Amino acid sequence: MVQANDPFVSFKGVQKSYDGETLVVKNLNLDIASGEFLTMLGPSGSGKTTCLMMLAGFETATHGDIELGGRPINNIPPHKRGIGMVFQNYALFPHMTVGENLAFPLKVRNMPTAEVEDKVRAVLDMVQMLAFIDRKPAQLSGGQQQRIALARALVFNPELVLMDEPLGALDKQLREHMQYEIKHIHENLGVTVVYVTHDQSEALTMSNRIAVFDDGIIQQLADPITLYEKPENAFVAQFIGENNQMLGTVQSVSKNIATVKLDAGDVVKALAVNVGAVGSRTTLSVRPERCIVTAKKSAGTSSLDARIEELIYLGDHIRCRMSVAGDDQFIVKVPNTSGQLGLEIGALSQIGWKNDDCRALDFNESV
Amino acid sequence: MADSQTASLEPITAADGTPLKKKLAQALFRSRVRAVSLVVPLFAFVMASFVIPILALMWQGVYNDRFSSHMPNLTEQLTVWDGLTEPNEKMYEALVADLETARADRTIGRAATRVNQEFPGTRSLFTSTARKAKKLKPPFKESVIKANKKWSNIEVWQAMKITSQDLTPGFYATALDGRYTVDQGFVRQDENRQIYVKLFWRTMLISATVMGLCLLLGYPVAYLLATLPLRASNLLMIMVLLPFWTSLLVRTTAWIAILQSQGVINDLMVFVGITADDARFSLIYNMTGTIIAMTHILLPFMILPLYSVMKTIPPSYMRAARSLGATPTMAFIKVYMPQTIPGIGAGGLLVFILAIGYYITPALVGGQDGQLISNMIAYHMQKSLNWSLAAALGGILLAGVLVLYWAYDKVIGIDNMKLG
Repeated sequence: MVQANDPFVSFKGVQKSYDGETLVVKNLNLDIASGEFLTMLGPSGSGKTTCLMMLAGFETATHGDIELGGRPINNIPPHKRGIGMVFQNYALFPHMTVGENLAFPLKVRNMPTAEVEDKVRAVLDMVQMLAFIDRKPAQLSGGQQQRIALARALVFNPELVLMDEPLGALDKQLREHMQYEIKHIHENLGVTVVYVTHDQSEALTMSNRIAVFDDGIIQQLADPITLYEKPENAFVAQFIGENNQMLGTVQSVSKNIATVKLDAGDVVKALAVNVGAVGSRTTLSVRPERCIVTAKKSAGTSSLDARIEELIYLGDHIRCRMSVAGDDQFIVKVPNTSGQLGLEIGALSQIGWKNDDCRALDFNESV
Repeated sequence: MADSQTASLEPITAADGTPLKKKLAQALFRSRVRAVSLVVPLFAFVMASFVIPILALMWQGVYNDRFSSHMPNLTEQLTVWDGLTEPNEKMYEALVADLETARADRTIGRAATRVNQEFPGTRSLFTSTARKAKKLKPPFKESVIKANKKWSNIEVWQAMKITSQDLTPGFYATALDGRYTVDQGFVRQDENRQIYVKLFWRTMLISATVMGLCLLLGYPVAYLLATLPLRASNLLMIMVLLPFWTSLLVRTTAWIAILQSQGVINDLMVFVGITADDARFSLIYNMTGTIIAMTHILLPFMILPLYSVMKTIPPSYMRAARSLGATPTMAFIKVYMPQTIPGIGAGGLLVFILAIGYYITPALVGGQDGQLISNMIAYHMQKSLNWSLAAALGGILLAGVLVLYWAYDKVIGIDNMKLG
C-alpha cells in the first residue's frame, strides 16, 4: 500500500542466533516505508519479537544490517535510536505518577520544565487521560495503563514506534476498542509503527501491511486483503482466518488451473498458486464462507459429496461441520438467509466452490 | 446504592431470621478455632522462652531487692531517714542487728555487693564489720565507728538509702554514665568514669559502618544474582550462602588467621612491598577487625532481601527507560534504584539491628576499641554479676532499636519493607 522509494526502516539479510546452534531469525529482508503501519504476525517462537528487539536495540543481530532512515543502527545503543516503544506489560515505572512517567523521556532530553508540562498535558489530552495525571500506575485499570504506555511512547515525538503485543492483557471488548484508537492515532500523527502480535484479527484491523512470520522466515508480506484472499502458502492460508485444507496430487496444470486428485480419490480443480510439476503433492485450501451447500455442478466450479456432521447456530451464519473426501472436520459457513435452514445432521449433500476460490498451495503435511 | 443504604438501616438477616453478622461469626468460628490451635504451640514457646524472660530481665533493670531482703531492719530505718542529717543510734542498732543475722545466714556478701555497685570500695567494710558484729556493744554508733571509721562517712549511708529502695532508676542512671543520689537526684558521673554512653555511640557508629559496607558490597552481588542466567546465579547464590553454613566461630577465627600481623594479608603486602616488614598494618584486635569481620558475617542478610526485591523487577523497566532515551546509568539511578528501596530498607534495618547486638565477633577480634555495648552487657552478666545494670544497658539498646524502627516507619514506611 505505502511503498516509498527510500525505506525508512530496512532489515538487510539479518540473522539472529541465541545459542550459536539454531537461527531464530533466518535471513530477514524487510523494508518499511515512512508512515507505514506494519504488523509482524506469527505464532510464538516465530522470531517476530526478536526482530522487534533487534530494531529497538535490545538484541544485536548476529549477521546483517538494520538501517533506520538510511543509517545503519547496529552499533547505536537503544537510548540514542529515538524509537518509542510500548511493552507487553506496559512497563510503566511504578514509583512515578502518570505525569512523571510521561515527563521522563523529556527530562532525560533536558527539555525545559514548562515545555515538558505542556507536552505531557497535550499527549495526555490526546489519549483522554488528563484527569489521571497525578495517579500512580497501580491505581489505573489495564486499559488506562495501556493508554499511558502509548502516550509515553509518543510524547517525545519519535518517528518510529514499536509495539510488542500491547493489547495482549486486555479483555476482548477493550482490546477491540484500543485497536481502533491506535489506528486513529497512527493516522493522525503519521508515525511509522511496527507492531508485533499473534492475534490475526488485530493485525487485519490495524495494519497497512502484515508480515507473517513462521520458523524465523517471513512467509508472506502483503496488505490485509491480499493476505486473506490470496495466501501464498499453506501456513499463511491456515494461520490467517479459517481454511479447509485437503491434501492431494497434481494431475495436470493448464491456464493456472490445476487438476488435483485428492487422497480420498475425488478429482477437483483449483487455482495453481504454489504447486510443483505434475505428480507433486499439494495442499488445497478453501475458505469456509466460499463453499456452497447443495451446489449444482457448472462450468468453473468443483463439487464433492458431503455429509453433515454437526450444526452450530451462530445467528448471522450457521457453522456446518461436514465429512468431505474422508475429512470430517470440513467447515462450511452457511449464511442465515431464508430458505437455507433446511440443514439436518446426517443429511447427505453436495458442496461446491468456484475453482478460483480453491487455492493449490505447497504441500504441508502438518496442517 | 441508595437501595442498599436504606436496607442497611435494618440489620440484614439470614434465611432463618438470625442476624447475618451473628450467622457469619458462627460460620467462621470453627475455622478460627482451628487456626488459633495451630498457632498455640509456637505462641506458648515464644512466650515462655522469649517474652517472659525479656520482661523479667527488663524488670530487673529497675527493681533490685538484694539489700532490702537481707537487711530488713536497717531498710526500715533508712526509709524514714531524710538522707541528709547525721545517722542516729537507731540506725546503727539496726545495722548491727542485720549484719549479725546476715553473717549467720551467709548472705552478707550479697547485700555488700549491692551497696558496692552504688558506692565502689565498700564491700570489705560490710564483710569486716559483720565479722565483728557479734561483739559490738551499745552504744552502737560509737562501737561501729570504732570498728571501722568509714561508717562515719555519710555517703556510705546515702548509698545504703539508695540501695534500700527496691524500685530504683539507679541502674539506668549508671547505664547512661550518671548517678542517682539522695540529695541531688541525677548527677553526671566523673569524666574518667564515663564509659557507657561513649560505648553506645561507638556501637551505633560501627553498626552504621557495617550496614553501609554491606550495602556497598551486597548491592552489586544482589543485582548479579537477580539478572544472571539461572545456572550462573545458582552458583553465585551458593557462594553467598556458603558462609551461612559455616560456624560463626570458624568464620571469625578464619579472619584472625587472615588479618593478624603475621597473617596472609600482611605477608602479602610485605611481599609486594606496600609496607615494610616492621610496619605491618594492625588489622585485627581493633575497630578495623570488628568492622571487617562483621561486614563479612552480615553480608548475606543484606544480599538476600535485596535479591528478593530485585528478582521481582522485570527487565522491561530498564528497557523502557532506555528506549525513552535514558543512558544506562540514568536508567539505573532513576528507574531501577528507586524500586529497590524496599530491599535496601529491609536489608539495612536487618543488618543494623543484628550488628547493634553483636557479641561473639567483637569479643574475639575487637581488641580494646572494637568492643560493642553487647560485650559490656555480657561482662555484667557473667563477670561482675550486676544483672540489673546489664538489664538497664539492654533496655536502652532495645529502646534505641525501637526508636530506629519507628523512624524507619516514618521515613520509608514499614509496609514497604520486603524481607523475602
